[in-house]
Amino acid sequence: MPKDHGIGASSKRREDVRFLTGKGQYTDDINRPGQAFCYFLRSNVAHGTITSLDVSAARDAKGVVGVFTSKDLEGLGGIPCGWEVTDKDGAPMKEPKHPILAEGKVRHVGDPIVAIIADSLAAGRDAAELVELEIDELPAVVDMREAIKGGTVLHDVAPDNICYDWEFVAENKAAVDEAIRNAHHVTTLELVNNRLVPNAMEPRAAVGEYDAGRDEYTLWTTSQNPHVIRLLMGAFVLSIPEHKLRVVAPDVGGGFGSKIYHYAEEAFITWVSKRVGRPVKWNADRSEAFMSDAHGRDHVTKVELAMDQEGNFLALRSSTLANMGAYLSTFAPCIPTWLHGTLLAGNYKTPLIFTNVKAVFTNTVPVDAYRGAGRPEATYQLERTIDKAAREMGIDPVELRRRNFVKPDQYPYQTPVAVIYDTGNYDATLDKALELADVRGFAERKADSAARGKLRGLGIANYIEACGIAPSSLVGALGARAGLYEAATVRVNPTGNVSVFTGSHSHGQGHETTFAQVVADMLGCEEANVDIVHGDTSRIPFGMGTYGSRSLAVGGSAIVKSVEKIITKAKKIAAHLLEASEADITFANGQFTVAGTDKAIDWGSVALTAYVPHKYPIDDVEPGLEETSFYDPANFTYPAGTYVCEVEVDPDTGVVEVQSFVAADDFGNVVNPMIVEGQVHGGLAQGIGQAILEGCSYDENGQLLSASYMDYAMPRAADLPMFVVDHSCNTPCTHNPLGVKGCGEAGAIGSPPAIVNAVIDALSAHGVTHIDMPLTPRRVWEAIRAARN
Amino acid sequence: MTKVSMTVNGKAVSGDVEGRTLLVQFLREGLGLTGTHVGCDTSQCGACVVHVNGESVKACTIFALGCEGAEVRTIEGMANADGSLGVIQAAFQEHHGLQCGFCTPGMVMSAADLLSRNQNPTERDVREWLEGNICRCTGYHNIVKSIMAAAATLRGEQVAAE
Ligand code: FES
Ligand code: FES
Repeated sequence: MPKDHGIGASSKRREDVRFLTGKGQYTDDINRPGQAFCYFLRSNVAHGTITSLDVSAARDAKGVVGVFTSKDLEGLGGIPCGWEVTDKDGAPMKEPKHPILAEGKVRHVGDPIVAIIADSLAAGRDAAELVELEIDELPAVVDMREAIKGGTVLHDVAPDNICYDWEFVAENKAAVDEAIRNAHHVTTLELVNNRLVPNAMEPRAAVGEYDAGRDEYTLWTTSQNPHVIRLLMGAFVLSIPEHKLRVVAPDVGGGFGSKIYHYAEEAFITWVSKRVGRPVKWNADRSEAFMSDAHGRDHVTKVELAMDQEGNFLALRSSTLANMGAYLSTFAPCIPTWLHGTLLAGNYKTPLIFTNVKAVFTNTVPVDAYRGAGRPEATYQLERTIDKAAREMGIDPVELRRRNFVKPDQYPYQTPVAVIYDTGNYDATLDKALELADVRGFAERKADSAARGKLRGLGIANYIEACGIAPSSLVGALGARAGLYEAATVRVNPTGNVSVFTGSHSHGQGHETTFAQVVADMLGCEEANVDIVHGDTSRIPFGMGTYGSRSLAVGGSAIVKSVEKIITKAKKIAAHLLEASEADITFANGQFTVAGTDKAIDWGSVALTAYVPHKYPIDDVEPGLEETSFYDPANFTYPAGTYVCEVEVDPDTGVVEVQSFVAADDFGNVVNPMIVEGQVHGGLAQGIGQAILEGCSYDENGQLLSASYMDYAMPRAADLPMFVVDHSCNTPCTHNPLGVKGCGEAGAIGSPPAIVNAVIDALSAHGVTHIDMPLTPRRVWEAIRAARN
Repeated sequence: MTKVSMTVNGKAVSGDVEGRTLLVQFLREGLGLTGTHVGCDTSQCGACVVHVNGESVKACTIFALGCEGAEVRTIEGMANADGSLGVIQAAFQEHHGLQCGFCTPGMVMSAADLLSRNQNPTERDVREWLEGNICRCTGYHNIVKSIMAAAATLRGEQVAAE
């Protein structure tokens, strides 16, 4: 019987009511009295020197409040980067300045140059036409392989356009080289992990307001982590002390990573609201989002996997070029390194691993974490290479994977790439996925497809990811400029209901429901009596926000810690009221009882006593019932699973249709199965989108060719099947109080290789061994043609 | 500025608009009905879908002046008279057909139009109908389920919840 309440129940989401009735409050829904609008004039060339810029006519235009260029911003900082990666020779990465508005040079299409504040957006847009701007165009470099030759240079600090050249694990290098030299067989694969545009449906937006009477700023912004924005923007960019700066991330319409970072626009909007003495709103239109939201992926990789005669993995060597774009976004440097290199063991016991990553500046939009961030790139390499290896070795791809799995009795498992897996069972999810996918019936379905002139393929991929970022001591050693704790305050109000203030932020994940389930379970109360508050620095003590599938594992654990402290304190108060010793008080189902007696008191009486007591032992127990905790995880969490899918390819047109998709995931304990399954569905759609539809494309001059939904293929309903999602094979995380691992990114990590493996399986009879994503009809058709000839 | 009058969610409204003012701007900025969203600038995402004279329309593709005298319905007008969720809205909550909620008003409005035309849509019908509505969060699985369930409820059938 499924639970109908608390942990494990598919409680319906409380936030849905406001979203379903049009009462959500997204940033663009916020309007302040007297508000003006901001329009950014952006570069339409990828690389160039600004030779003249005259804004006087724009300044005089009707409805214009102010026009600003970088000259007006002197004294302000650049947009900071939050993670430092060290070069293989020990030098710090190259960290060029990322100005708010272009300073003398533009480096990508979309680089903001002029900001116009006007009474209406239309007036601002009209005035932009009056700006006299001349840019002396320079050659642009888009292809990383060209960029590292250093002909066209973006930043003087990086004359070869290399941000860093990183090796991991450096001590393994010689042993890996030797193992590859001596191996029975080495499978080699070169692949591209295509550049994606995150495309949260709500475009980024910001509203800034300055209260001159109190010398206080408020910024409403589309952020996954308002405290991080307050910290970075206040301290490094605008020099506004935190007690004078409130950052609110209200309802946010999806993030997928793209709303983690501190962006130039929100800093400018905050600053300019004081400068013009009016609240100012900026809302990106979609084209602007395409050319200014941080993009994802964009790796070019060569992988070599060495095996013995039986197919046991002996060593893995990979080298990657990772695109940083024109400037360093907040977390950009850590994605291809610490979130990628450390995952190269995958689900397998490969004893020796070495990777080299060169991060490269190009004349493109900055690249940073996008759902999965580094882990999809690692998984894609491994699972594609293993499939190719299986074919080359004549071993069944399932069997080859199974043979190399880390086995259930090997935990905790120390990988050769720094991380230690606490728990898992990869055979279990593999078996489950194969069963749910009815793999036995595949041959029959394949024959049926063939009868209709279609090629059917079966694809399998395993994945493991590291979530719950992050153990502060570990990430500190890895270059994070801040520890990544999470904070939570739990306040029991005088009449017993509960307000929870969490540093995690919900932008679709349903925290208001899930977190309430956890608290209600612990306190033995109705979920409806627990309110979850998030997204406002003036209400929540601190927070590092939501990304990397960390909210429940890290943010939820902070809440659990606070609730435990509350219960401990409430027991003291109950002991006083029941005239018993604290050690004799037990708490269950919302009741305090003196052990071995029928003396009991309910939660409400204890809560009321905590605030408005008579004859209270105030010297022993502080009144009030509110606790704050910070949680620092002991390790990452390691969700893992197996994805199996079937595709049908039309050899005449190259069209790929996804016929079925099965996901068997191990997320540890699950608080709300309905929400978890929804997270997997969304991740799968993004991963399948990456595999067959989505590709951000630039021409050789750095023009962004895919800058709208007419050119960038977003997955539509008709592109996807119903998914089969299972999370019954779970091994609870061993080091957080809820035993949870995180589920937000898995779908996007495991699905691209599963799809590509299926397509290659379908085409293998034609001699096709690899196609780079996205597997568009044209690419598939060309691959078939090329293999035939 | 020109005066425009229409009926929105059963109420007569009017306002002064420019020739270039889109219906979605009039609803959001003129009337404060911010449930209708803007997710793109090329008429593809469907976050802005409303009903004009009973049919679903992308409110970012028509001018406010073009709706003179029209009956307009937005997400704010979809609940039952007592404020409880209407059948389609309730099905979206029941089947987890929304995550961030940004595409949701357009999805609900679009679904309502589908179900007024086709009481018994197949899964394929629903997926094809949603061609003009993009969701980045749900992978559509639960949106399709919600709409199928709402159709069944409207036909008077009982559907098991998730
Ligand atoms: S706003 Fe995207 S279709 Fe109307
Ligand atoms: S629920 Fe977020 S875009 Fe659909």
